[in-house]
Amino acid sequence: MRTVQYREALREAMVEEMRKDETVFLMGEEVAEYNGAYKVSQGMLDEFGPKRVIDTPIAELGFAGIAVGAAMNGLRPIVEFMTWNFALLASDQIINSAAKMLQMSGGQYSCPIVFRGGNGPAGQLAATHSQSFESFYAHVPGLKVVTPSNPYDAKGLLKSAIRDNDPVLIMESEKMYGDKGEIPEGEYLIPIGKAEVKKKGDHITIVSFGKILKVVQEAVDVLEKEGVSCEVIDLRSVRPIDYDCLVESIKKTNRCVVVEESWPLASISGEIAFHLQRYAFDYLDAPVMRVMQADTPFAFSKVLIEEALPSVKRIIDAVKSSLYVR
Amino acid sequence: MPATTIEKPVNKKQKNDLGFSKKQYLKWYKDMLIMRKIEERVGHLYIQQKFGGFCHLYIGQEALVAGTASACHKDDKHITAYRDHAHPIALGIHPKFMVAELYGKKTGMSKGKGGSMHMFSKDVNLMGGHGIVGAQIPMGAGIAFADQYKGNKAVTYCSFGDGAARQGALHETFNMAMMWKLPVVFIIENNNYAMGTSVKRTTNVEDMSEMGKSYHMPSKVVDGMSVEAVHHAIEEASERARKGDGPTLLDIRTYRYKGHSMSDPQKYRTKDEVEDYKGKDPISQVLKTIQTNKLASESEIKKIQDDVKAIVEESVVFAEESPELEAHELYEDVYTQNDYPFIKE
Repeated sequence: MRTVQYREALREAMVEEMRKDETVFLMGEEVAEYNGAYKVSQGMLDEFGPKRVIDTPIAELGFAGIAVGAAMNGLRPIVEFMTWNFALLASDQIINSAAKMLQMSGGQYSCPIVFRGGNGPAGQLAATHSQSFESFYAHVPGLKVVTPSNPYDAKGLLKSAIRDNDPVLIMESEKMYGDKGEIPEGEYLIPIGKAEVKKKGDHITIVSFGKILKVVQEAVDVLEKEGVSCEVIDLRSVRPIDYDCLVESIKKTNRCVVVEESWPLASISGEIAFHLQRYAFDYLDAPVMRVMQADTPFAFSKVLIEEALPSVKRIIDAVKSSLYVR
Repeated sequence: MPATTIEKPVNKKQKNDLGFSKKQYLKWYKDMLIMRKIEERVGHLYIQQKFGGFCHLYIGQEALVAGTASACHKDDKHITAYRDHAHPIALGIHPKFMVAELYGKKTGMSKGKGGSMHMFSKDVNLMGGHGIVGAQIPMGAGIAFADQYKGNKAVTYCSFGDGAARQGALHETFNMAMMWKLPVVFIIENNNYAMGTSVKRTTNVEDMSEMGKSYHMPSKVVDGMSVEAVHHAIEEASERARKGDGPTLLDIRTYRYKGHSMSDPQKYRTKDEVEDYKGKDPISQVLKTIQTNKLASESEIKKIQDDVKAIVEESVVFAEESPELEAHELYEDVYTQNDYPFIKE
């Protein structure tokens, strides 16, 4: 094993797949000569040249559409969005074109494409630069949405995404690119659609995904010291969701808290709560609880950010509420 | 639209006085007549509610696809908007598969899953049929990008209406397509109306070929009622693309005789205007050339007309008699992954 940053793990995934497959290329704003706005693609222009590591103008709709067309015609594009906030401009091509191409064409044209970039709040960046889009895109049949929470997952999931013949969206974070973690020396893949039980426990299941898992871990450390045995599940992928893993865990712990760094309505947590009351009703000893981002746009003030985001305290409170302890 | 800006076609490869062979003229005539007659028929079938969805007819615009098809190479790619019934016919697909698609039948071009707006055929590189106005503009450039990347000599023909030309995607795409010299020909199927809004009500710059100039893209106004003019313009633009000199914008002036869709009362234009264009009808023009130059006898022409009638009839019967889709097919062709775990309740 060796220790790498999250950004390096992503880069290794792209570099390894590009060495293997000539049809894979990277395009986006600042990916080539600038070496990536967040240095994810550092050095890739040097290795692969401007044909395969392509700087684009600031034209998200245009270059996303060009990538979709390229995917229809035999290439496997990786599109980097500086953040998913800006990708809203490209959402027509993601939702109306990439997601629907295979069905609209009666199975004739697939769209093997990866869209990736930073997602979710990342400090005092105010309302338009602080949004989470996991549930937004998870809503759309035809897409797959993955949420790597650490360097190991980032590499394994991105490699699977590049090889996938369907469109895959990768939700990264500016706040995770510098995170360090261990990865194996050799090649490995992580299947899309399988959750990971990060920690086994008996009293309660905490389900989460993406960057906010770091906060979940802090809360779990406190809870364990207080004698609460937590099972922690990282969904890894929010379309599809590994429901079986969740139901199996609830059968054992009988309680569930979902922690999601996004707005409450039409969320992944709402979907999980539905699924558990439908398929694990008899196993639940308490309502499914959730800890969410506040139901407001993301304000600039530090005080309001603290108030808006899921915190260690709010997670602990939700767990204790579910356990009916104070 | 100022008619004075329409350029006369230049014949470079004259095969006879006309510049095209007898065979070519007869093919144009037959293909365009099939498009016309099949659309007249499906228009009636739609009114009779034989099939549902939308139905945007191409009637009047046939020379655009006929002239493109005669000028293109086999490996070239095609992408267009939702007004896409004629494109497959021009590219050699039997119209029965197009009509079956209108009926949403299993035998349709897109297995009945796309309908009127989404005609696809991998056999002839027809890559849709797209419903969001202008979405095919960047996709078309992307298809060309892939051929350039792979080192193929193929050219992509990316068609869109004068309405789609107002989308921001056009400007983003033109910029990148010129910068990267993508082998794409942008074709404005300029029928002068974005649904019910005329070109002059959406812009100060009525000559749409001007839009290429900001990107130094070679641009040209073409008479879309003349199949010969379209053929020459496409040929010239594709040569440029194949040489590696990049895209061309063709503002092809045409006219749709019918409304935007079947529910359009057409109060935005006069009957005189429609009649005026019918006087320049592309099919009548080709027929006149055939007759004037005695490229075919009256009985040969009659035979083509009879053949077309039979093809139209065969197509409708085929569509009506084709099987419907089966319920389980709902979950097919959504993902390439065979065991994708759909949520089924």
